[in-house]
Amino acid sequence: MTGINIGVLAVQGDVAENISAIRMAMDDLGMEGVVSQVKTPEQISDLDGLVIPGGESTVIGTLSLINGSMKKIKEKIASGMPVLGTCAGMILLSKKAKDRVVGEMEQPLLDYLDIKIERNAFGRQKDSFEAEISLEKIGIPKFRGVFIRAPSVVDAGKTVEVLSKVDEKIVAVKQGNIIGTSFHPELTEDLAIHKYFVNLVQKKN
Amino acid sequence: MIPLSGDLGNAKGIVRENLGPTETRRGTSTLKRGFAHMLKNGVVMDVTTVEQAQIAEDAGAVAVMVLDKLPADVRKAGGVARTASIRIIEEIMDSVTIPVMAKCRIGHVYEAQVLGSTDVDMIDESEVLTPADEFHHIWKWDFTTPFVNGARNLGEALRRIEEGAAMIRTKGEPGTGNVAEAVIHIKNVNTELRRIKSIYDAGDEQDLVSVARELKVSYSLVEETASLGRLPVVNFAAGGISTPADAAYLMTLGCDGIFVGSGIFKSDDAKERAQAVVLATTFWEDPDKVKEAQKMVDERQSMLGLDTKNLELRMQERGSTA
Repeated sequence: MTGINIGVLAVQGDVAENISAIRMAMDDLGMEGVVSQVKTPEQISDLDGLVIPGGESTVIGTLSLINGSMKKIKEKIASGMPVLGTCAGMILLSKKAKDRVVGEMEQPLLDYLDIKIERNAFGRQKDSFEAEISLEKIGIPKFRGVFIRAPSVVDAGKTVEVLSKVDEKIVAVKQGNIIGTSFHPELTEDLAIHKYFVNLVQKKN
Repeated sequence: MIPLSGDLGNAKGIVRENLGPTETRRGTSTLKRGFAHMLKNGVVMDVTTVEQAQIAEDAGAVAVMVLDKLPADVRKAGGVARTASIRIIEEIMDSVTIPVMAKCRIGHVYEAQVLGSTDVDMIDESEVLTPADEFHHIWKWDFTTPFVNGARNLGEALRRIEEGAAMIRTKGEPGTGNVAEAVIHIKNVNTELRRIKSIYDAGDEQDLVSVARELKVSYSLVEETASLGRLPVVNFAAGGISTPADAAYLMTLGCDGIFVGSGIFKSDDAKERAQAVVLATTFWEDPDKVKEAQKMVDERQSMLGLDTKNLELRMQERGSTA
């Protein structure tokens, strides 16, 4: 196979939107490669890059634990595979997550991104919002952020680069080859973040 | 990106305000329909108590739907079925981290307002409750909170989307434990979608206009749906799902996820069944995994169920002509 192999974790959530965003990003950049849904540890072991989509983090975590995908993703991250986690994806990548109202709860996490997450940090669905944000550090000065029952980062370790904030709350981070966003770049027509990610995968390869 | 056909840019439900120095917009179609996209491939479970909501969350439900009575009990009780007690909805919202939805009566604008103010994550304008207005559904563009509506065919689905629904669930016959009607309706919608897609592909605008007239919806919505070959919003199956195999079967028919009503909490093995239905929905493409899920439940514990032919009350017909 020529080119890069990117997978979108297809347990639950907005998988199709991420597949089409990665596909269009690769096409726009004239990059060779494939993007597909992945669900099993076998499928994940072949990947050069992984997207963990939006959805319910408790559901994606619990079910990935059951079929052994969680363990495989951890191994791949340890070996340097780039991962983009949007919303639920960022929660799953984190070391610690608590809910704004319900508080501490047990949920399976990948325990990699050195951040502490507050789930539903901006409130419930009625408080979901769109806003123009900026990710200057990765060369994206303007981006339409779609925040749906979004989490925020309340604590970031020394190795974590803060990429964006809204109202003093951290909403995008990068640690090595791992990127996490509170918002959903896959729901907008702007491919900038997905392009940045596929470039990261290409470079690593 | 998600399709936004039938989008109303100046809807009353859109709120512009500042979050610190940042200008924001709430209640847009992207946010409402996007919320539904986050539920895809998941199971929404009907619950009536905090305990049931926690069982649902632990089992891997993607959201819970709060009712006063499960559909099977609504059927038994008769009388008027209304929205659930606000206090119970609030207690459930404080005890689970997944989204909390609640049902209001068809056309009951103020029950919906109350649920919106309660801050539920999605409102289901539902035929399980007694309709308040048989002829007009709620104009859902006026709300910041997204709505899900039931539909038995493409016309109903598109009329609800035109009124502002952010998500559709194809109706079954609620509270029967019988999946037959859900199967018929999802197949109806699929057949009609294939038909308008082929008209679109043939470039026959005149025929598409007749379809719009026949379905009583705007031409632009019909045209965009036809070009997509699917509903422009997320579509779940609902009504009568009782077993893991029921759930997996409906997933094979092309729906984006499922609602389970009485099937779980009217069974005698609710906890195992809740987990098993989630597993079967997630891994529906893998028959071995669905078998494992089916093995987790005992058919002797399934709800007895009803034949849908001789029902006194056919909930699915409520509000369907509007």
